[in-house]
Amino acid sequence: MLIKGKAHKLGDDINTDDIIAAKYLVSSDAGELGRHCLENIKPDFCDKVSAGDIIVAGKNFGCGSSREHAPLAIKGCGISAVVAKSFAGIFFRNAINIGLPFVELSQAKEINDGDLLEIDLANGIIKNLTQNQAYKTQAFPEFLQDIVKEGGLMNYIKGRVTK
Amino acid sequence: MPYTIAEKILLAHTKKKDICPGDFIEADIDLALGNDITAPLAIAEFKKAGFKKVLDRDKIVLVPDHFAPAKDLRSANQCKILADFAKEQKIKNYFEIGCMGIEHALLPEMGLVLPGDLVIGADSHTCTYGALGCYATGVGSTDLARSFIDGKCWFKVPASVKFIYKGKLNKWVGGKDLILYTIGKIGVDGALYKAMEFSGPVIVKLGMDERFTMSNMAIEAGGRAGIIEPDDITFKYIKEVTRSPGHQVTRKRFDTLKSDKDAMYERTYEWDVSDLEPQVACPHLPSNVKAASALKEVKLNQVVIGSCTNGRLSDLRIAARLLKGKKIKAGLKLIVIPATQKIYLEAVKEGLAQDFVKAGGVFSTPTCGPCLGGHMGILTEGEACLATTNRNFIGRMGSPKSFVYLSGPAVAAASAVTGRITHPDYIV
Repeated sequence: MLIKGKAHKLGDDINTDDIIAAKYLVSSDAGELGRHCLENIKPDFCDKVSAGDIIVAGKNFGCGSSREHAPLAIKGCGISAVVAKSFAGIFFRNAINIGLPFVELSQAKEINDGDLLEIDLANGIIKNLTQNQAYKTQAFPEFLQDIVKEGGLMNYIKGRVTK
Repeated sequence: MPYTIAEKILLAHTKKKDICPGDFIEADIDLALGNDITAPLAIAEFKKAGFKKVLDRDKIVLVPDHFAPAKDLRSANQCKILADFAKEQKIKNYFEIGCMGIEHALLPEMGLVLPGDLVIGADSHTCTYGALGCYATGVGSTDLARSFIDGKCWFKVPASVKFIYKGKLNKWVGGKDLILYTIGKIGVDGALYKAMEFSGPVIVKLGMDERFTMSNMAIEAGGRAGIIEPDDITFKYIKEVTRSPGHQVTRKRFDTLKSDKDAMYERTYEWDVSDLEPQVACPHLPSNVKAASALKEVKLNQVVIGSCTNGRLSDLRIAARLLKGKKIKAGLKLIVIPATQKIYLEAVKEGLAQDFVKAGGVFSTPTCGPCLGGHMGILTEGEACLATTNRNFIGRMGSPKSFVYLSGPAVAAASAVTGRITHPDYIV
């Protein structure tokens, strides 16, 4: 699967309150949540995102609460993938479970806001088309790849459990 | 093979013969928790996947606590989803307001979490129960939905990091100060994807309430768990809270719940905390920690005492001791929220509620409320609040232009009196 989009650069320790403030957690609708994505720290974020764009962040992306509304909001505002130096534990599993593509990239800092990126998820390759640079990242372990291949945890379980 | 307590508990819940940090495992869980924010999404996923009946209704706990008592129509709808699902699935551990409490104070108090258990909760502060010597960790709504189906959850076995606290604590210094100090030292990702193990002579002397406070904030350093080996204090607590025969826990079980002497830790921190002063985390990260005495210029508009971190009886006792017979600073708002109905009632009986109200504070029914900017004390632009809660991110308690400071109950109570961040010694 190839993902191509413009980079939106964020800093370190972007927490789930930044991604979607608690006052919006009265809905589980990705579209509705998406309209408020990153509102507290970047009020114009949603207006700047074109469908398919990519978030590029520093360390510990998605720290804080367990709200799955955070990856849902990111998906809902049109972001196709998140690249970060590292991810917080619960955000990591939520992204796997709901099928939000994400890549850990130690050189995330080298990417500039607005760079055009192309991500080859299966082979773990990120191309920065603006800077003419390519990065090889570590592919997911087999267990996680199986969940990703099925399109998320519920599909993965459905195939294995009888109702 | 030698194991840490975290590894022992995880291994005991799989069919595997051994495990290593980094392994992906599927484990049988003992208990799964959801609240009025996370469970509606889990229930929707469960139904969307075509499932009708949960595998084991006795392993599910549902607590409407975040926006409950319902703060508006939409949160009322969310709470109702929990109530309806509990009725439909005959889930007995559903706690309506009136018997409700903040989940992470309520579950241990009800005797629902025991040493050695493997607990998941669709709430990041599920790590609180690690104080009882179990492996408890925050997960997402989809994980919760999956546990409804087959009683399992996937885990990446975390490496363990050990924290040893030595010395003798100063007056007014407690569990909250220890954990803030720890997060301040290692940073908000200092234990990213690790199992934190709190130990040493200082921890052995801490009461259960303070242990819960420490384990509660493991997630603020990125920890997947914050575990304390069970001991006599744990055993005494468990004996008090478990009444039904199914809950009988033997002392022998406790003795096996210890890290092996030669267990592997990725890192060990050892600190003498004898000189530690009361700590405060400044906006906008829990790691931005300073001594309370260095912040006396910070003016406050509001003080909140409560939450899954510090809304327990001993927290309220500390605060009431400082507020008794005093008046809070004119114009300051003091909001005191006991974490459970049992604590609420005890606070009324002991006269603590009276101390708070006479001092000029409000005393509320249990709710997470203001901690996450839900209700019961939202901050507007420019306001500063000192809270005994766990997060001070931008906009956490309301306006993105407000400021949240975090402390233990003693500093919070003292600061309510002066209207500035204050070392408790200053007002006694």
